[in-house]
Amino acid sequence: MKLDRVFEHVTRGFAASLVVVVVLIGFMLFKESLPAMRTFGWQFPATQVWDPVADLFGGLPFIYGTLVSSCLALIIAVPLSLGIAIFLSELAPPLLKNIVSFLTEILAAIPSVIYGLWGIFYLAPWLRTTVEPLLAKSFGFLPFFQGPPYGIGMLAAGMVLAIMIIPIIASISRDVLQAVPEPQREAALALGATRWETTRVAVLSYGRHGIVGAIFLGLGRALGETMAVTMVIGNRPAISASLFAPAHTMASVIANEFSEATGELYTSALFGIGLVLFSLTLFLNAGARWLVRSTMRGAGGGRE
Amino acid sequence: MNHWRRKGMNILVIGLCSAAALIALVPLILIFVHLISKGFGSLNLAFFTDLPRPVGEPGGGMANAILGSCVLIGIASLIGFPIGIFGGMYLSEFGKTKFGDTVRFSADMLSGTPSIVIGIFVYALIVLRTKNFSALAGGVALGIMMVPTIMRTTETMLDLVPRMLREGALALGIPYWKTLLAVVFKTARSGIVTGALLAIARVAGETAPLLFTALGNQFWSTSLNEPIAALPLQIFQYASSPFEVWQEQAWAGALVLIGLVFILNVTARIAFRRKG
Repeated sequence: MKLDRVFEHVTRGFAASLVVVVVLIGFMLFKESLPAMRTFGWQFPATQVWDPVADLFGGLPFIYGTLVSSCLALIIAVPLSLGIAIFLSELAPPLLKNIVSFLTEILAAIPSVIYGLWGIFYLAPWLRTTVEPLLAKSFGFLPFFQGPPYGIGMLAAGMVLAIMIIPIIASISRDVLQAVPEPQREAALALGATRWETTRVAVLSYGRHGIVGAIFLGLGRALGETMAVTMVIGNRPAISASLFAPAHTMASVIANEFSEATGELYTSALFGIGLVLFSLTLFLNAGARWLVRSTMRGAGGGRE
Repeated sequence: MNHWRRKGMNILVIGLCSAAALIALVPLILIFVHLISKGFGSLNLAFFTDLPRPVGEPGGGMANAILGSCVLIGIASLIGFPIGIFGGMYLSEFGKTKFGDTVRFSADMLSGTPSIVIGIFVYALIVLRTKNFSALAGGVALGIMMVPTIMRTTETMLDLVPRMLREGALALGIPYWKTLLAVVFKTARSGIVTGALLAIARVAGETAPLLFTALGNQFWSTSLNEPIAALPLQIFQYASSPFEVWQEQAWAGALVLIGLVFILNVTARIAFRRKG
């Protein structure tokens, strides 16, 4: 009997250590970023200057770069992922379904440094020679598509991120759609609705919270993605409306400058950016978790 | 008229969804074609047995990085397995409580934490204190990243074990802790192994958490207190270099890395299917 208690306490200790790690991450980042916060205060995330030589640090270009590259990724990835999810859950015959599911899982398993490698040597040159001149020619009146086509830049980062988050959004949305109870569909079909009408009225509207949650999770991944973005975004701390221009994200500036950071303030400013990034993903993931769970729970009788 | 519009819309959307599935597979196919065409050319025996050469000297390999990755994964497993497996056991057996929910929530938050953040956290925690980059720090960073995956799969797998098995063992007078370890855990073993392999596959390709912890190394090293090379780090370093010889090595490294990740994923599936 006594050993049972010991066993319970030991396992509880292991479980608790996970909570400790999460709290400790927040604490350490906060502690290390204190010097920067004392110096720059609340201005830190709103300042555009990033000048290590003059010891002036502001996080705005990186927050901007992170948000824009992630939004770009979402614009590309969301329609495709939802298409895949609907295809897998509602339309595909079993064999095709297994193959496509398997392939999207492989896409999710590719290490991010390999996406980066591919981005540098294939995606960026393709963007420079083909896509960006074409966009500039057709939509050049928009500020997003002006300036010289570098290849390496915000657009490349957005596209690599899109490829990386498609499997996440697609597979979670598929799970959400599959959790929609079968009678929902049967009712719509019995009223004479077509496949698409059934999906739109009975399935998508039922699972919409879960789909938003899936998009949040994809966004969370995109915000924190480091290696692939660092390799293709061009690493320049400047805010530019053009998507062709090089930029920087919170994750990429840490990856790039952390080991070269000399001086307490410099390192501390990078920790500060880490703290902003950590808080942002924490917030987003908590929201996503809540949304996905609220759909998946209470839904009985779904597909499989 | 209306009828045809609805039918047409139906066909249009079905077409669009199928097209989406096709489009998403294009990058996958391209990446594999490029990896194989570029990687195989520079892959040879020396790649697995030699140290990196200085710029300008052709040849050389990434043997030290392959070994380094193994060392790092070893350390990570020593940290990730016990915490993940015993923690998952707690969640399944005793953790249907408020505290259990807190642990589950933390696990989800940790798995959503950007890997670069874990990297600078371990830098602050270990590297700043010991005053040098080390294999140990790199292993800890990867270990932390393994825990959420292992803990959640372990919990799910243990939850699937039928109550009757526990009751049978307990009825024979076996103590609860022994029942858990010898009966319940054993029944769920293949599922737990799957979770562990997937966790290894996930961290094997991680670069960001190693940048400021393991740092990388051009020479042989297995010491825990010194910087150590890792395959993904070496790929990153070579890919961003301006030298063609190094870039070719990066492609070869990428091919080896994806092969490794692939083998781990497939093994995980087989381990699960054989029992599942």
